Amino acid sequence: MKDTGASLTPVIEARGVGLTFETGDGPVRALTDVNLTIGKGEFVSFIGPSGCGKTTFLRCVAALETPTAGVLTVNGMSAEEARQARAYGYVFQAAGLYPWRTIAGNIRLPLEIMGFSKAEQQERIERVLALVDLQGFGKKYPWQLSGGMQQRASIARALAFDADILLMDEPFGALDEIVRDRLNEELLKLWARTEKTIGFVTHSIPEAVYLSTRIVVMSPRPGRITDVIESTLPRERPLDIRDSREFIEIAHRVREGLRAGHGDEV
Amino acid sequence: MRGAVCPPAPREYFGTESGGRVVKSVLPILTVLLAIVALWYGAAVWLNSTWTYDQAARAGTEVSFGALVKDTLAQERPVLPAPHQVAAGLWDGVFGQAVSSKRSLVYHGWVTLSATLLGFAIGTVLGIALAVGIVHNRAMDMSVMPWAIASQTIPILAIAPMIIVVMNSLGLQGLIPKSIISAYLSFFPVVVGIVKGLRSPDGMQLDLLRTYNASARDVLLKLRLPASLPYLFASLKVGVAASLVGAIVGELPTGAVAGLGARLLSGSYYGQTVQIWAALFAAAIVAAGLVMLIGWVERVTLGRMGLAR
Repeated sequence: MKDTGASLTPVIEARGVGLTFETGDGPVRALTDVNLTIGKGEFVSFIGPSGCGKTTFLRCVAALETPTAGVLTVNGMSAEEARQARAYGYVFQAAGLYPWRTIAGNIRLPLEIMGFSKAEQQERIERVLALVDLQGFGKKYPWQLSGGMQQRASIARALAFDADILLMDEPFGALDEIVRDRLNEELLKLWARTEKTIGFVTHSIPEAVYLSTRIVVMSPRPGRITDVIESTLPRERPLDIRDSREFIEIAHRVREGLRAGHGDEV
Repeated sequence: MRGAVCPPAPREYFGTESGGRVVKSVLPILTVLLAIVALWYGAAVWLNSTWTYDQAARAGTEVSFGALVKDTLAQERPVLPAPHQVAAGLWDGVFGQAVSSKRSLVYHGWVTLSATLLGFAIGTVLGIALAVGIVHNRAMDMSVMPWAIASQTIPILAIAPMIIVVMNSLGLQGLIPKSIISAYLSFFPVVVGIVKGLRSPDGMQLDLLRTYNASARDVLLKLRLPASLPYLFASLKVGVAASLVGAIVGELPTGAVAGLGARLLSGSYYGQTVQIWAALFAAAIVAAGLVMLIGWVERVTLGRMGLAR
């Protein structure tokens, strides 16, 4: 299995990472023997059926879960140290904006907690609102915005404190396809402008292929990596690249990988 | 086609559309009120008739139905005073007396209200403090709640005299013991409501703050407390009514000379049922006013927080 992330400055490194939950029905192996290096500026998608451990792995990187085996480093530190150093911004499936705060207030939340000065908070809020194309919506309350706009606001919130890593757990999973397409396009532009390292969990093959420089295909029972697919698409990707032969070939490989991982279960 | 013109909708008889809505919402309330008043009058005639018949028998006269109704609704010490007698007693107690008079319901109402407000404040602060402790400390979570529940199973009438006696031995009389009893009743709904409110943020919201490496204090101030406010107001409405009950009960065992409880007590000593009912209604009006006041603060606060739509 190729691991080309190693040629770039490694940001996230997993060596033999495993996580076993002890449940009443016996141990559940959510992750086994995950080896992966994500280099600086990469856009890596994790795809697989539910229970394959893609979200669990992302949560391990974020130190929201603790692996029971292996070594996981983020920015050269342990995941827990990286969390304490606020090394990443995390975007959840739901926008999770506080209803009692305005959009600007929601973006201010991490800045308040991290102790930025009032002036700097304001400056950063304006900047990230512009990044996600929500200028002028700062004074609105979340319920006044559509689902897609709320999710953009939550991305702005994750960007506000300038972490190098952006971890996204099915951020567009709850949105309809038209909104999802537009947000995918915007996310690519944002990635190009900010040069962040992005870890992106999805269950949509076109989404994974369209966005990623590398696609990690995962499989359940036990959760593991079955294939890592290098994207040959150029960095500049208009939406209609999805009709190109190359795109369809990569999508096909991902589908094959998913099928192989399933074994005789399908 | 002239014949096709529809007649105006019935609601236009009430003027504007919003006027119609007001009539629609008030009408059911008035109907129920009217039914209660009618039942009450009927019950007053029935319950007070015994005395009227006794008087007539003693005098050796017969009473006609008209005379019976007239007499039963105007007795000095009726078993059940008629609504207009209670209203007159209430009116006289509120507006017919100097505010400083011992017969003024404003005076007695204020004595009870001040104990209620102090008790409510103590109960609310205590309730919030306990709730914060319960949510943050596992030992408190395991230990405090059962005691809080147990405390509410003891009849307040049984424990109120004990509190008065203990407080008295400490040299505390009047306002403070009453407030303690009042707080004893009001802290419980606050604890239950706030614990639920503080625990209302879901795992994702807590995870989000974890990714910011937020301190427990930030989690409390920025997430848990704001999220608990809708629960707080619901609890406060129950709590303030309980506070008033506590304050009145606190006035009973001491033979207090001031307060709505004292008014109830002296009314029962002298068989002044009109006085008792007037005091009861005064208490109900105070409670309704307090609940409405909290409702107003709730609307303004949640409106400003963008939680009310």
